[in-house]
Amino acid sequence: MQRIDASVDTSTKRLDRRSFLARCVAATVAGGPALLDILPVDASEEEQSQPRYGMAVDIDSCIGCGRCVDACKAENGVPLEPFFYRTWVERYRVREDGVEVDSPDGGRQGFPSADAEQGQSQSQSQRSFFVPKLCNHCDNAPCVQVCPVGATFTSEDGVVLVDHEYCIGCRYCIQACPYGARYLDPVTRTAQKCTLCYHRIKRGLQPACVEVCPTEARIFGDLNKRSSPLARFFRFHKVQVLKPHLNTAPKVFYSGLDGNVS
Amino acid sequence: MPQQVKILAVVFVVALTALTVVRYISVPDTFGDLGHYRAAAVDSIAVLPIYYAGERACLDCHDDVYDDKTQAKHASLACETCHGPAVMHVEDEDSLPHIPSEREHCALCHAFQPARPNGFPQVEFAMHNPLDECIDCHDPHAPLPDLSEADCGACHGEIARTKAVSHHAELACERCHTVPDAHRETPRQVRPSKPSRRKLCGECHDRSSSADDAIPRISQTEHEPEYVCWQCHYPHFPEAR
Repeated sequence: MQRIDASVDTSTKRLDRRSFLARCVAATVAGGPALLDILPVDASEEEQSQPRYGMAVDIDSCIGCGRCVDACKAENGVPLEPFFYRTWVERYRVREDGVEVDSPDGGRQGFPSADAEQGQSQSQSQRSFFVPKLCNHCDNAPCVQVCPVGATFTSEDGVVLVDHEYCIGCRYCIQACPYGARYLDPVTRTAQKCTLCYHRIKRGLQPACVEVCPTEARIFGDLNKRSSPLARFFRFHKVQVLKPHLNTAPKVFYSGLDGNVS
Repeated sequence: MPQQVKILAVVFVVALTALTVVRYISVPDTFGDLGHYRAAAVDSIAVLPIYYAGERACLDCHDDVYDDKTQAKHASLACETCHGPAVMHVEDEDSLPHIPSEREHCALCHAFQPARPNGFPQVEFAMHNPLDECIDCHDPHAPLPDLSEADCGACHGEIARTKAVSHHAELACERCHTVPDAHRETPRQVRPSKPSRRKLCGECHDRSSSADDAIPRISQTEHEPEYVCWQCHYPHFPEAR
């Protein structure tokens, strides 16, 4: 300690208050414009840094009302008949003799009540819960890899999109998606899927499913931003992705995920 | 130069030209600008029309309803959760959005369903005032649970149903839990008490108890003294033997 104090004393020149203030003024005059030059550049660099969109799903909050499925269909013009979904809700019922998964009409009209389900299985139900599903917007997307014409791609902000004018409808991507998130549009005969409501997020709105979720079970945000609802969610929840062993690097994160969910 | 090389060269030039021409015609304009895709596709997706206006659009005119809503239980709901896509209404106020009043709409969230998270307000729709509309009693913009209802099963339906067919069917919830009044208004902040000691079960099940003889008995001093009872036995559905 002694030696350090001594070296500080010898190396620091004593400044009186007058010359210190004078130097401060001089530095401000000289450095101000330089700073002003630099700052906007920094800000524009900040703006240019690409967003990387993602979503989090809180399974413990989902009540299975299916408003997200309904809103998704209305917003994106998805055909109303079953089998065409960009997002859907599954109900898992873990019983002593196995797991039962159902998703009547993707959950769009809710789930049959407890009375209607009696008698389907004799064994005791251990626990049951809802799992909303959608395209996982994988960083390492199998659907993008298999597309023979480059009609499906990951945009610069991390959203997996389909170029519906260029898609040839070969269905390779539908086969390749391990999450079953794609369908062939019966009208255009091209592949379609969740776009994270790209047309909404680019206007500064939330994806339709996030907008209407009554329990805030879906959280949308920019993974590159430290101040986003998503970053806040990650501070308070332990999260997991679906099928991590496939190395698809999904950008949809689940909190409260059960081991039976696939 | 040998003849065969000349022919080969001509063939190569023709093939290369054909390839270039075909590629020029078949590869779209902006393909490859950003990656292995048409950059223009991103813009064409970004300008698709929207149908859900977003809550900020509603707030511009309906701030009174919005204030009511944010002070009550439906604070986390967007207007369009119940009223449906409302861009048409924002552009033309005469085109009214959906105004749901039927019981089935409320049932989507509030019908009893074992898979819903614990503590989420649910009722048995078949039994809960079946001839009335929900909005006759509950204000949809500022709903409150009906505080006069003392029945725990209104929210804890799964436990109530399980207990109803168990040997503990006759026991009131208050026999083991003390329920503060505030629990009915803020169920997650104020929790009912849970038993902490084996003695509570012993009041009926210990050999020394003076309760009905039909109640199964054990000696609390000898029977697995290192555990509390509910670590092995589920009190809402205890084993028959």
